Amino acid sequence: MSTFHVNQVRKDFPILDMKIHGKPLIYFDNGATSQKPTQVISRINRYYENENANVHRGVHYLSDQATQAYEEARTNIASFIGASSPKEIVFTKGTTDGINTIAYSLGELLQVGDEILISGMEHHANIVPWQLLCERKGTILKVIPVLEDGTLDLEAFSRLLSNKTKLLSVVHVSNTLGTINPLDFLIKQAKSVGALVMVDAAQSIQHLPIDVQTLGCDFLVFSGHKVFGPTGIGVLYGKLDLLNSLPPYQGGGDMIDQVTFEKTTYQEAPLKFEAGTPNIAGAIALSEAFHYLNSLDLQSAFAHELTLGQYLRANMKDLPSMRFIGEAPDTCATLSFLVGKIHPLDLGTLLDKQGIAVRTGHHCTQPLMHRFNIPGTVRASLSFYNTQEEIDQFIIALDRSIHLLS
Amino acid sequence: MKSINQIQDEIIEEFSMFEDWMEKYEYIIDLGKELPLLHEEQKTDDRLIHGCQSRVWVNTEMSESKLHFTADSDAIITKGIISLLIRVLSNQTPQDIVTTELYFIGKIGLQEHLSPTRANGLVGMINRLKSEGLKHLNL
Repeated sequence: MSTFHVNQVRKDFPILDMKIHGKPLIYFDNGATSQKPTQVISRINRYYENENANVHRGVHYLSDQATQAYEEARTNIASFIGASSPKEIVFTKGTTDGINTIAYSLGELLQVGDEILISGMEHHANIVPWQLLCERKGTILKVIPVLEDGTLDLEAFSRLLSNKTKLLSVVHVSNTLGTINPLDFLIKQAKSVGALVMVDAAQSIQHLPIDVQTLGCDFLVFSGHKVFGPTGIGVLYGKLDLLNSLPPYQGGGDMIDQVTFEKTTYQEAPLKFEAGTPNIAGAIALSEAFHYLNSLDLQSAFAHELTLGQYLRANMKDLPSMRFIGEAPDTCATLSFLVGKIHPLDLGTLLDKQGIAVRTGHHCTQPLMHRFNIPGTVRASLSFYNTQEEIDQFIIALDRSIHLLS
Repeated sequence: MKSINQIQDEIIEEFSMFEDWMEKYEYIIDLGKELPLLHEEQKTDDRLIHGCQSRVWVNTEMSESKLHFTADSDAIITKGIISLLIRVLSNQTPQDIVTTELYFIGKIGLQEHLSPTRANGLVGMINRLKSEGLKHLNL
C-alpha cells in the first residue's frame, strides 16, 4: 500500500496549477529543472526577511544566525547523501561548477599522459572541462562508447581502464536517455586500477536514493535546482582527505587562513573551495528541499515515478513512426524520442500550444546525438508530482501534433 | 506591386479568420510544405543561419533594383513562418526592406517564435534579410 498521494503532493507546488495558452500546465521538463515546493520558496523569503547577513565573519546576532543556518544546511545535505562529515560538502553554483572545480584542482596534480575516462553519454559539462584540462596539462581524454540500446559498452570500458587512468568521471543517469549506469560495477573496476571516481548525479539525486559511502565514489556533484531547490546552488561532495590534498580552485575571501603579500595559507575543506560570499539563501533553501523530500515517503515517491515512466513508454510505443532513443533495461522516467521525419522543434512547439512543456534539441549532449546520427530529440522527463492523467493528456496532444505535422 | 505594409495587412486579415491555434498552425504548416525549397546544393554554409535547434538557409538575388529571397529550413513551422517573411520582404527594394517595420508577426500572435531564446534561426533570418537590404543600399 503506497503512502504517496500525488494529488496531496501537487498542492505543495503552486506553479502546477498554472494554465498555459489556456490549458492546464503539464510539466514534463523536469530534467531541465524541477518545480519548487512552497516550503522551499517561503524558506528563501524567511531568510531574507529575518536572517540575512554575511556568513563566517560577523560578531553580530544576524551573522551568527545566517552562519548557523548555512552550516546546518551543510550538515543536513551531508546526511541526505550519506557523507561521513559535513566538511565533505562544498557549496557550488551547480553541477558544472563542481566539475570545473575538480577539473582544475585535481588537474593541477596530473601529469602529461595521465588519462581521464568519461562516457559517450556525458553532458557537455562533463566533457568540456576535461578538454580544457587536456589542453592545459597534456592529459588524455578517453571515452567509453555507448551501445545502440543506450547503455555503456562495459567490455570497452574494462579495456580502456589502465594504470594510466587517473580519474573516471561518469554520469549516474543520462539526462538525454534516462539510462541508469551501473555505478557499483564502474566504481569497483576503476578502483581496481587505482583511479579516482567522480559521479555526475545531476539527474539521479532527484530520482534515486544515493549514499556516497556505499557507492565508494571520491567525488559526487549535483545541482540544487533539479532537486526542488533554487538555481545557482549546487553541491560538490568529496572525500575529506582528498579535498584537503587538492589545491584551491578560486582565490578570494573566506577561503584563506592567513594572507600576506609574501605567502597566503588556506582554510581546510570545504571553505577552501568556497571563495567569496557564497549563495547563502540558496544553500539554506536547498537544505529545505531535502528536508521536504525527507517528509515524503520517498521510496513510494520514486516508485510512483518509475510506474509513470513505464506507463508513458507503454502508451507511446504504438503511436505511428515512434522511435525511442535509448531503450536501456534500467532507466529513470526520462524518455527521448523522434517521430518519423518530424523535426523535434515542430513537435515541441505544438505540444507547448497544448500546455505541455517538453525539451527539444541535443540536450547538451551533442556527441551522443552524433552517436545516434540524429540532430536532436524530444525529451519528456517526469517527476513524482506528475500523474497518469497528465500522461493520458500528453498522448492525446502528441497524437494530434503528429497528425498535424504529417 | 504591393508595398510591404500592404502585404503585412493582408496577412493580418487572413489570420484574423482563424478561430484557434490549431487552425493557425495548420495553415502555417501548409505554408511550410508549399514553400519553394532551395536545392540541396544551395544549402551552403554561407547561406546558413544557425539556430540552436533548427537551421535556416537564405538565398538572395538582386534584379531590377529589387531583392529576391528564397529560403529553406529543416523544421516545418519555421519554414511556414519563413514563407510569410518572404511574402512580405521579397521582391521589394533594399530601401523598403531596411526601413519598414515588421509588425505583422506580433499582430498574428507569432511573436514567441521571434524570441532570441527560441533557437529556430528566425531572428537571424530577419537580420540577414535586413542586412542584405542594407548591403545593396550602400552599393
